[in-house]
Amino acid sequence: MVLLVLFGIAPTGYAIYLALTTRTAHFAGVSNFTNTYNDFRFLPAFKHVAQFMVIWLASQAVFVVGLALMLHTMTRRLSSAFRFLFYLPGALAGAASVLVWLFLLDPSVSPWHFVLSALGYSSLGQSILPAHLPLIFAFVAFWTGAGGWIVVMYGALNNIPHELIEAAELDGAGAFRTALSVKLPLIKKWVVYMLILSFAAGTQLFVEPELVGQASLGLVSQSWSPNQLAYVLAFQNDNFNGAAAISVDLLVLGLLCAAALVFRTKLFEVE
Amino acid sequence: MLRRRTGLRLTGLLVLLVFTAFFFVPIVWLLLAPTKTDHQLVFLSNPFAFGSFHNLAHAWHAVFNFQNDALLTWVKNSAIYSVGGVVLAIVAAVPAGYGLALTKFIGRRTLLAVTLVVMIMPATALVLPLFLEINLVKLTDTPWSVILPFSFFPFGVYLTYIFFSSTIPADLLAAARIDGCNEWDVFRRIALPLARPVVALVAFFAFVADWNNFFLPFVMLPDSTKYSLQVGLEYLVNSTPAFNPSVPAVGATIFRPELALATIVAVAPVLIVFLFAQRTLVSGMLAGATKE
Repeated sequence: MVLLVLFGIAPTGYAIYLALTTRTAHFAGVSNFTNTYNDFRFLPAFKHVAQFMVIWLASQAVFVVGLALMLHTMTRRLSSAFRFLFYLPGALAGAASVLVWLFLLDPSVSPWHFVLSALGYSSLGQSILPAHLPLIFAFVAFWTGAGGWIVVMYGALNNIPHELIEAAELDGAGAFRTALSVKLPLIKKWVVYMLILSFAAGTQLFVEPELVGQASLGLVSQSWSPNQLAYVLAFQNDNFNGAAAISVDLLVLGLLCAAALVFRTKLFEVE
Repeated sequence: MLRRRTGLRLTGLLVLLVFTAFFFVPIVWLLLAPTKTDHQLVFLSNPFAFGSFHNLAHAWHAVFNFQNDALLTWVKNSAIYSVGGVVLAIVAAVPAGYGLALTKFIGRRTLLAVTLVVMIMPATALVLPLFLEINLVKLTDTPWSVILPFSFFPFGVYLTYIFFSSTIPADLLAAARIDGCNEWDVFRRIALPLARPVVALVAFFAFVADWNNFFLPFVMLPDSTKYSLQVGLEYLVNSTPAFNPSVPAVGATIFRPELALATIVAVAPVLIVFLFAQRTLVSGMLAGATKE
């Protein structure tokens, strides 16, 4: 309770306060918001994240659900082996996953160098061109996160009553048909749950562009994502108020997602 | 019809194989990388060949001797931050979940809803505001600047809440009260011993989250002797000629095999937790959202 106030509510309040004042603690209205919005780095940063999000969320929706449905038709032991394999990269979250991907994208050492050379890339610089970044970060995020979600979806599929699936089979539905018309609608709310949570997490992109930026020798901007821009504003441009304004932007986005999830879906029971 | 079905099955198998390669190949490659020299990594035609133990030992020495045992310091820092955060998180989350589940007070539902909202909200959203707050009380650059925020772990509160509200009958606690236990005794002697599995679960999740956290220590602790392992990894990326050509190759000790080894060291604790507690972790992930 005390912690909730100290580390949840107090920083939020302080950030809002900073976002609304000037450096000399005068009330500034929304000027910090409009100033950061007009910053030449602001819109590109949000655009980058939006591109990343479209690719990532789409691939998650399709492949996580698809793979979970596929695993669900297999024998228990086989599917648990696959689930484990898919889940494993989840242990390499954060900086470690980005490092692994730097190796994978470096054509000179990558175990997938044949793929990279087929695409015509012969150096790390070529594979991490700024235009590729949204796609690359989507790959990294998918690699570390998809396994966990596959496990969740599989669990949700297991909750479907057996009689229902048997009835569908008796009615002449093949495995494919059953998956599409019976199982999929029943796990829909879990898919929504996954997408909202991922969306909220995706707006917060920081480690990935930070590390890849380091390795790209300045090709990639230091303020690629909104969180990075806030960091640059705070620590390099000495503009804490502007940084706070961006934090508040992001906080509101995260809060909206969280609130939508808690109050609009019936996943979490408050009582 | 029959042929169509085998065709479908084959496509399915193929898709699975592709994804298995996608998820698993990088890990195998990473585990093998430190057994090779940088030269071998580039020129060995089979990326899954095993190098030699000699190379592994060489990489081990290079990476641990880097800048006066910097890696060891980071491991130690990460351990202190994570364990400190986990202990405080448990101390705070377990009684909070207990209180929310088994006592009635005004504002309980609101508090529960707020807990849920902050649980789902990504933690990084709070990093900069937290920095400003911690800076205000002059705690930046001390271990407390990461341990204290780590101790804020709403997911743990929610997990214990679910546990207490679904598995412990209120009658049991009422009986203890009739037998003369005061509120503190009820919690300590009855509820806490029963909650051991959920405490372990909260500890797991808190540990993994703290250990992998990058942004918070990155912002709070600018001094390289106080880096956590995750931030240290970034520093290593900057110190290798493989990813930063402004570092002269002559005299450099960190190359790709060393970097791979450092990555393995960094993920080892979490990987071990994953391997041994997979089932528990998975059930916890589901418990986070269903009330069973």
